[in-house]
This record gives sequence, C-alpha cells and structure tokens, in this order.
Amino acid sequence: MKVIKIDKKTWAGGINSLRSGYRLIGPVVKGDAHDFAELASDEAPDMAFGNTRLSPKSVIFPQSEPMFTYSLDESDPEHHILKDSTKDYSPRAVIGMRPCDAKAISLVRMNFDTPDYRDPYWMDAYDATTFVGLACDNPCTTCFCTSAGCGPYHEEGLDVLLSDCGDAYEAKALTEKGEKLLAAAGWDAEGDVSIFEPKKADAEAKITCTVETGNLRGKNSLDLYDAPFWKELSFACINCGTCTYTCPTCWCFDIQDENKGKEGVRMRNWDSCMTSLFTMHGSGHNPRTEKHQRFRQRFMHKLKYFVDKYDKGLMCVGCGRCVQQCPANIDIRTICNKMNGYEAAS
Amino acid sequence: MESYIGKIKEISERLLNDGTVECVVGFRKGTVALTNEPCMITKASDVKDLVWDSNCRLNLANYLTGRKEKIAVIAKGCDSRNIVNHIIENKISREQLVIIGVPCKGMVDKNNPESLQSNCATCTHRNPVIYDELCGELVEEQTDVDKYEDVRAVEAMETQEKWAFFEELLSGCTRCYACKNACPLCYCPTCFVDESQPQWIGKGTDPIDVRTYHFLRAYHCAGRCTDCGACEAACPQNIKVRQFTKKLEKDCNELYGWEAGLTVDQRPPLDSFKLDDPDKFIM
Repeated sequence: MKVIKIDKKTWAGGINSLRSGYRLIGPVVKGDAHDFAELASDEAPDMAFGNTRLSPKSVIFPQSEPMFTYSLDESDPEHHILKDSTKDYSPRAVIGMRPCDAKAISLVRMNFDTPDYRDPYWMDAYDATTFVGLACDNPCTTCFCTSAGCGPYHEEGLDVLLSDCGDAYEAKALTEKGEKLLAAAGWDAEGDVSIFEPKKADAEAKITCTVETGNLRGKNSLDLYDAPFWKELSFACINCGTCTYTCPTCWCFDIQDENKGKEGVRMRNWDSCMTSLFTMHGSGHNPRTEKHQRFRQRFMHKLKYFVDKYDKGLMCVGCGRCVQQCPANIDIRTICNKMNGYEAAS
Repeated sequence: MESYIGKIKEISERLLNDGTVECVVGFRKGTVALTNEPCMITKASDVKDLVWDSNCRLNLANYLTGRKEKIAVIAKGCDSRNIVNHIIENKISREQLVIIGVPCKGMVDKNNPESLQSNCATCTHRNPVIYDELCGELVEEQTDVDKYEDVRAVEAMETQEKWAFFEELLSGCTRCYACKNACPLCYCPTCFVDESQPQWIGKGTDPIDVRTYHFLRAYHCAGRCTDCGACEAACPQNIKVRQFTKKLEKDCNELYGWEAGLTVDQRPPLDSFKLDDPDKFIM
C-alpha cells in the first residue's frame, strides 16, 4: 500500500491536472453549509468542513435520474418504445468525502449489486468513480461512527484516504484506482505511513457518543416489531423525508413517467418510507397508514432487517446527519439503544 | 422564560391527577443542543420531563390534529393562534382542550443562537390569544416592528429579478416536505403533491415541480398562516420558505384587515364571502 505526501503547495496544481481525466466532485459552500457538487473548471474543493449537509450518495444515485425516454406519438414508428437516456459515465472522482460516506456507499452497493441483479445506473456510476476520502480529525458532536461499524479513518469503500497534516496531506492509496488518480495528479513524493495509526487513535478518542448494537441480531424481529415503545418514540416525528434524504445509506426510490405533450421520460427519484404514499398500493390499500408504522419501518430496516439479512452490521454508519437535521429531534441513537435493550415480556 | 416551567409542571400534574385531561402535549429536553422534542405526557409521574425554554420552536397545534382525547396543550402566542385555526376548521374541539398559555419572548434561531428567529423578532402576538391556564404574567406586545420589510423588497423587484430570487431561494430544496409536515395548517388527508389520479406535480427535483409545490402550498395557507416559523425551523436546508407565506399574510392584512387565528368567532376571509370583498386582483 503506497503512501504519498501531497504538499499543499502542489494541491491546487494536482487538482487541475485531474480535470483532464476526471469530472471532479467535491465539497463546496452552498448557502450556510457544505455540500458536494461538481466543481467548476476553476473551483477547488473546500476541505475545511465538519460534515456536508447531504451525503455524496447523489454522485452515484442522483435524487432524480432519467432512465428512459419515449414517444407517445403514434405516427412515430418507434412510439411507446423505451430508449436509454443519454448518460455520462466518463471517469469521475469525489474529492474529500468522509470515511463514513464511503462506507455507506459500500453498504448501498449490497442492494444495487447482488448475485441476481446488477442495477446498471448505480453500478455504472459507481464503476466510473474514484473515491478520495478525507479522514475526520475533528468529528462532530453527533458522530457515532465508531460504534456503527465505521470510524474517522475507516478505509472501506475508499480508493484513497487523505489525512490532513497541516502543510501537507498524507495520501494512502488503497486501490489501483486510487494509485492511478494520485499519479494522474502528479503527486509522487514518498509519504509517511506511520502518521495514520496515532492520528486514527486520536480521532477515535474524540468520538464520545456511541450506540449499543450487540443484541440486535439476536432479537426476535416480531418482538421488536410489537414492542410497546413505537408510538411514544414516534410522537414527535412529522414524517418528513429529512432523515431519509440526508442519510447516506437510504437507497429507496420510486419510478415515475413524466410526459410533456407527446414526449416522455421515465425517471427514478429518491423515495422515503416516512411518507404514506411510499406504501400506497394500486388497489388503494395502504399497509402503513399510521405514523408509528412508518417510523418503525425505517428503524427496523436499518437496525434489524438489514442486520439479519446481510450480517454486515447496521445499515447506518453513524454520520449523525439525521440526528443533527431532524426537525423534531428524533434521535437514531436513542432508538437503537432502546431496540438493543428491549426484552419482550415472556 | 425558563421560569415558566415550574408552573407548567404544576398545572400539568394537577390536570393529569384530577383526570381533567388524559395527556399533556409539550416539549421534553432534546438530545442535541438548541433542540427540544415535542412529547405527550400521560402519567403525572412523567411531568418532570417537560421543559420550556427558547428552543421550543415547533408548533404544538400540529400535534393536536384529529385527536380524540382530552388534551392539555402548552401554547405560546403562535401555537394558540393555530389552535384557534384548528377549532375553526374542526380539527379539534375547544371542549377537548385545556390550553396552558405561555407568554413568549421568542425562540432563538437554531442556526444563530445569538438572535431570535426572524418571525419572533417581529411578532406582535406573543401572548396566547386563547387559554385556560396561564404560566406567567402577560408580556408586553411589540408595536414598533416592521414585519414586511423583506416582502416589500421582493415586491419591488422586476419580474425577472423575482424569478431569479425565487430560483435561488428554492435551489437547495430536496422536497423532504419538512416545511409542510411541521405546519399545523397542512393536515389534508392527501396533500396535492401526493395525489396520483390525476397527478398534479412531478416527484423529482425539476425546478418547475419544486416551485409548484412551494407556491401552491403557500396559497393554501393564505389567511390561515400565523407566521409561527415552524416551517423554517424545520427546514434542514434553511430555506426561507416564509418569504411566500408572509407575502400572503401581508396581502390578507391589506385586503381584508385580517390576521389569522385571533378569534374563533370569525371565519377567515378566503373561507367566506362579503359583497364588498375587494376584487381588484381578479383578472
């Protein structure tokens, strides 16, 4: 595993060199927070952020994405035939994503890349992307990654991990893709691998909030489903999509045909299990009409069904965005601890 | 305002103990800074969990919609006005409620804790307009405030400038609907954004759909909005969605001399007809 030292004096030049081979996406200031966006030709990623408001999941899984176009004009011999939308899967690189967001992308991959099915849109975008992480030396107060199977120097899902060392970044190339990117940027000074372990330990020590998860897998799903606490825990919830849209691991989508005149586009859009429409059947029946049912579904999916199905831990990386942004202060840490500690009456 | 909590607890405990109400809707301490969580207390022994401070932003009238039990609800000025709306619109009956009024000096801005929320800074109804119990002395109402400075600035813009302003304003919207779901006015069983037969609006992030959502929602709030600020407090993207509702609030005030939620004895102007209603805005 190669470690390269990137003197910050060469940072901007290296980023510029990357532009000929990659579409660059990085953290930029949007309004009063940072978010990921495609960088303009003269724009550098702004690496001085705690965490971005939205995760970079949209780089691979856009909130609204055209899948097909079609014509409804019956005089067109190809009417009603779905044609692939034009896509750009040229190489792209996300610069400065947090390790939790990278781990989240590897969790989401389990849904879009299975032995039976490969989602072409998600996977083609994923394959085209090089993920350059920025280790978290100053985690936010709501971060609980270390007890959610992740951490401030976690490497899973990344091609390069950067650690900010003042005047320079130490860059650990984790994959061939990562090595290729570092070479393309012209960064080749030998780095110092020894800085990573102590910095990782320091960063992990700063994360003081944790969730208890050890019992979740052993619990009976129906016991948890029938637990008496859902109504009380969900009282404040307003059933908006803040948690699902801001969550780096929420992957649900809806498919919609949007017609204008005789032309149409089949879109897929993020969807949220917090909404009633999410489960509305064509018949008009809705199995989740009540707020607490939708609330329960979200937490059971992340903290129980996923845990049982994949045996890869939680469907949560502890980024804390939902905790910070929930308008009603629904806190996944509280819910997780409650589920983990629940004993059904015998 | 923290001093109210003793009285809130005392009243809540009494109402639960003597069976006047089945539950108390209030706030409990949040798990993150500058946030409290709406809660429902059903046991007198849990009254200790109630809190009241400058972080009780959400409008508790939103938690009363369609409930059937006898409820005590803690209400600052704006909450009480939305309770009035709810009573007028048959979302809850007056007889079901014991309103624990809290004179209010404003909630702090969650993004800028040194300042009040902008709606609170210009609020002219800090005292509850309807209540059964009161937790402290009524506070002096502000009279020398300019509520609509920002609205007038938008009104003065040229058409293109307005479009650019709204486009920028809404550029961060993810359609999470926190604004409408935090709003006590948005209780339609199926919101127009969720209708599928016919479908009025696309589900994605197309700016036309985003604007349609915000504009239509705002119009649906005309003459009903109390400018409680729950929508903006809820928005995870910090979008100033009150730019829309305030314009309509101002129009209702100028056209009909109307302020929403002040009395249960009068129907709102867009819900009633008078021969001398202004009609200059009808094309």
